[in-house]
Amino acid sequence: MPLAASTPRLRRLHPWPIRIMHWINAAVMLIMITSGWGIYDDDVIIRGLHFSQTFRLGDWAAPSLLWHFAGMWFLAINGAAYLTYGIVTGRLRERLLPIRPRDVLESIKDTLQFRIAHDDLTVYNAVQKILYIVVILAGISQVVTGLAIWKPVQFAGFVALLGGFQSARVIHFIGMAVIVGFLIVHVALSLLVPRTLLAMLTGGPTLAPRHPPTQAAQS
Amino acid sequence: MISPFRPARLPDSAILQDHEPLIADLRRRGVLRGTLSLGALTMLTGCDLSSPKSVQSALLSISGFNDAVQAWLFDPTKLAPTYPASMVLKPPKFNAYYDIDKVKPVEGAAWRLELAGLIANKQPWTQAMLDALPQQDMIIRHVCVEGWDYIGQWSGATLRSFLEHVGADLRAKYVVFKTADDYPSSIDMATALHPQTLLATKYAGETLADPFGFPLRLRMATKLGYKNPKWITAIEVTNTYTPGFWEKAGFGWFAGI
Repeated sequence: MPLAASTPRLRRLHPWPIRIMHWINAAVMLIMITSGWGIYDDDVIIRGLHFSQTFRLGDWAAPSLLWHFAGMWFLAINGAAYLTYGIVTGRLRERLLPIRPRDVLESIKDTLQFRIAHDDLTVYNAVQKILYIVVILAGISQVVTGLAIWKPVQFAGFVALLGGFQSARVIHFIGMAVIVGFLIVHVALSLLVPRTLLAMLTGGPTLAPRHPPTQAAQS
Repeated sequence: MISPFRPARLPDSAILQDHEPLIADLRRRGVLRGTLSLGALTMLTGCDLSSPKSVQSALLSISGFNDAVQAWLFDPTKLAPTYPASMVLKPPKFNAYYDIDKVKPVEGAAWRLELAGLIANKQPWTQAMLDALPQQDMIIRHVCVEGWDYIGQWSGATLRSFLEHVGADLRAKYVVFKTADDYPSSIDMATALHPQTLLATKYAGETLADPFGFPLRLRMATKLGYKNPKWITAIEVTNTYTPGFWEKAGFGWFAGI
């Protein structure tokens, strides 16, 4: 693109650090979820709920634990890098805020009427914003509750705050369920609107400069 | 004195050679199974995960790193929470690598605790000698690697007081246990010296019942359940790492909580 060559600092929807961190996170999340299912199965939280061996990472608990305790480092470090990057560059605020109640109702209505064309990839609707915030919080919660389950004596005060060891386990399980729920919607929508998937691979459309003099035209 | 940790007669190495084709075949099957389960991952990460052996060794080296991190996180002065007597589960939960009906009771009168390694006085111990040590009592949470837990009340001498009594080298790295049910285990010295690490002889005020490790078992408030061997027959203080029963199967060694 000649335009790209002439512009020294072109802003893309998904700059390369975001793309790298996104795909690392995608792989690590799958490792954590599937190895977590392997660990879960030895002492189920919901009676009768088992995860098929097909979807478990690891033949039995020991390899599943090895995967989980290896993946945790990548999840935590990559997640911390993502949050730091998002906060320092202002990306998180720019993409995910503000969320107005009116917009929420509007986008729920649109979604129910299957108006999910997603014409402009660079603007998230209110429901999208909420979903992304929820999954980011769930990710943080998984790291923190995971730490509590891993070290219930060293972090005994924190475990008590969560309501005890078994409560921490249940919260960790719920966090997984939230992330899996998000994943299903997220992957389904990205396949329905493949341009979004492509954007996360190539960077997507270029954006206007971050701080334009007038930020009016947003209706 | 011959250490109880080293067999008097080593197995004939010809046995291994005889079974080499069989072992190789088992490994091949493992490779096949591993390749199948890792196939999806390979597509995602673009890494070469086709060799499960390298994946396995990478996972194990991270596990070794995690052991070091856990040793660093372990605070030797931090006490695990304790609970009221009303919360004690009676009897405790049975857990072993076999079912409760397979437990082989140990005869108390004939039982001796052998000592080995970096210990000044290696005279074997009897039940009466253990009972003569200052007794401690603790009501702590047992956390299993599987996820379940219960509150238990354990009494006995602290491992620290025992090690001091027999003149063990407290600067050594490991304390290793041998048991009547062939369940070797080893722990770090820092945890061995923790005030909530007991050589337990009683549960809920009563002499340990057979399924729970009579006459002697280890009970640590700061490690997962599988690190607590029952029916202990020998203790060695050493600088040489020896993996325990579950560690050989792939569980982490430090297993601190």
